Amino acid sequence: MSPLIEVSSVGIPLVEDNIDTDQLLPKQFLTEISRQGFGRHLFHDRRYLDQFEQQPNPDFILNQPQYAGAHILISGKNFGCGSSREHAPWALADFGIRVIIAKGFADIFYANCLNNQILPITLAADVVDEIAQRSCFYPDSTIDVDLRTKRVTYNQKVVSFDIPQHHQTNLLNGVDKVGRTLQVLEKIDQFEQFKSRYA
Amino acid sequence: MGKTLYDKLWEQHFITDIDGDGLLYIDRHLIHEVTSPQAFDGLALHKRRVKRPDLTIATMDHSVSTRSTSLDACGPKNALQLKTLIKNCQEHGILLYPVGNKNQGIVHVMAPELGLILPGMTVVCGDSHTATHGALGTLSFGIGTSDVEHVLATQTIRQSKAKNMRVVFNGKLPSGVTAKDMVLALIGEIGHAGATGCVIEYCGEAIATLSMEGRMTICNMSIEAGAKAGLIAPDQVTLKYVQNSKYAPKGAQWQLLEEYSESLFSDSDASFDKTVEIDVSKLAPQVTWGTNPGQVVDINSVVPNPSEFEELPVQSAASKALDYMGLRPGTAVSDIAISHVFIGSCTNSRIEDLRAAAQVVATGKVASGVKAIVVPGSARVRMQAEQEGLDQVFKQAGFEWRLPGCSMCLGMNDDSLTTGDRCASTSNRNFEGRQGRGARTHLVSPAMAAGAALHGHFIDVSKLGEVRVAIN
Repeated sequence: MSPLIEVSSVGIPLVEDNIDTDQLLPKQFLTEISRQGFGRHLFHDRRYLDQFEQQPNPDFILNQPQYAGAHILISGKNFGCGSSREHAPWALADFGIRVIIAKGFADIFYANCLNNQILPITLAADVVDEIAQRSCFYPDSTIDVDLRTKRVTYNQKVVSFDIPQHHQTNLLNGVDKVGRTLQVLEKIDQFEQFKSRYA
Repeated sequence: MGKTLYDKLWEQHFITDIDGDGLLYIDRHLIHEVTSPQAFDGLALHKRRVKRPDLTIATMDHSVSTRSTSLDACGPKNALQLKTLIKNCQEHGILLYPVGNKNQGIVHVMAPELGLILPGMTVVCGDSHTATHGALGTLSFGIGTSDVEHVLATQTIRQSKAKNMRVVFNGKLPSGVTAKDMVLALIGEIGHAGATGCVIEYCGEAIATLSMEGRMTICNMSIEAGAKAGLIAPDQVTLKYVQNSKYAPKGAQWQLLEEYSESLFSDSDASFDKTVEIDVSKLAPQVTWGTNPGQVVDINSVVPNPSEFEELPVQSAASKALDYMGLRPGTAVSDIAISHVFIGSCTNSRIEDLRAAAQVVATGKVASGVKAIVVPGSARVRMQAEQEGLDQVFKQAGFEWRLPGCSMCLGMNDDSLTTGDRCASTSNRNFEGRQGRGARTHLVSPAMAAGAALHGHFIDVSKLGEVRVAIN
């Protein structure tokens, strides 16, 4: 997977709490058997006025031209709550989102982002609100995210974020986690033999 | 210092530290058609094999029809997904219970009933409601498809250790009030993200006296409180449920499991990061009014006014929810008229759930203008219900009696609602569009859903006690 090191982009301010995975990608798109092409269904119900995705909803922020091509999404608490469907982060990644700055994330969604080279950044609510306001009133203002230094720069202000070091390393290197785990296969095999408790 | 049950399960499955994560061994991997195809693709891409097909079990649930056992019944996309699962299971030697098989069902219903889930196991599945299996004293959680691929290839998962949270349900549950009401009340209390980053252990008098079905309902909705997993220490109720099931260990192996189960509890001096206590003795049936499961009140309440909430974002979320739900503040919950009733889902489709609903249904007929369906959680539940005559009770009252599957919980098949429909649903999520674009969901217990079906609006089923009729 391609490394994620730094991202500079305008931000899409969608600051609502509890944006769930059903909103991110509704169930009718879950019958696909590949990982490709989910981006155009992202936020389907809110983004389109019709079920065939022919009529964009002009009121929805993803359809506003000033945010076209953005790689950064700004949101509220408990982002990605609900289902474990990885189709939601696939849709975000396919749409072009590489960083989500939010007031909080649901656990499974957070892990799914990391597995898809999307950087989930949790910041204090007032900071998120400030960044979002800036993106709202000055849509062309750029947000710079540097994963190496764990810093977000916006409006000439710098704020640091936390991410566990191993997640940081994995994102920076685009690690194939399965391949990495298979390097300790011997330990897994030993554990299996030792374990047969009641098998 | 003592250890919690979660600490013990973590330690017993911990293989090694890997780049800062814990690498945990997985005892049971459940797969289904929706979240597995891309994982098998990933394996093929890297020329990898499934490490332990014998610990992996597959069934079909999300994309299946509840009217027909034909794989093609819900169109070519659903069919391709189901056929892809068959192909992948054949290629890797994984046991699959397909549609039409007597062991098929919603993955979180069929696996425990077959004895595939035993106390002390680690269980994962590409489905957030995997937390259900924690009711049997296991560490169980939902994972995304990349992690499904990881488990297929390595039989392990990478995890950071979660925090320990304890939820104590004190007191005795009033008649007509159920496990669903307990867990909805909990989520109402702590919020939709109240347990984020935590594994919840449920305990207390009201848990000890609860059936396995009820315990599964509670653990199932742990995710709706944001928890990583929910679990309950195994006891005699657990062992009795497991014993004699198809895959339960027999003879000496059973003895070993019994002995091992006795070690699966939180030590008295174990420390929890958070404890929440809830008194259930005065609990009334719960009904959600909004678009997340934390937006819930009891049947005797009114729809809240957003201004009652302290925080501004909560107020605006409440306004937005009421707008979507087409509800006015101050409306009595019992005055909310419904158009549909769904009894089913991995939360509430087990035999006890159907019995509770049938008890109420036997007192009347489905109200005119209401469409009501019952979708048993598994083929075995369906068969058991038919042996008890429950299907007749439902059918005679005007319910449709369907084949097992996830059905209208998320409507990946043709059991979907449309704009403006209002459903009393025994499922787990009331998100916008969950049951269909523009459709409105009220989460309730099976008895409450049954009551709403007969009256066309919500009623307090805990007050029906004496008029219930015996079936068979």
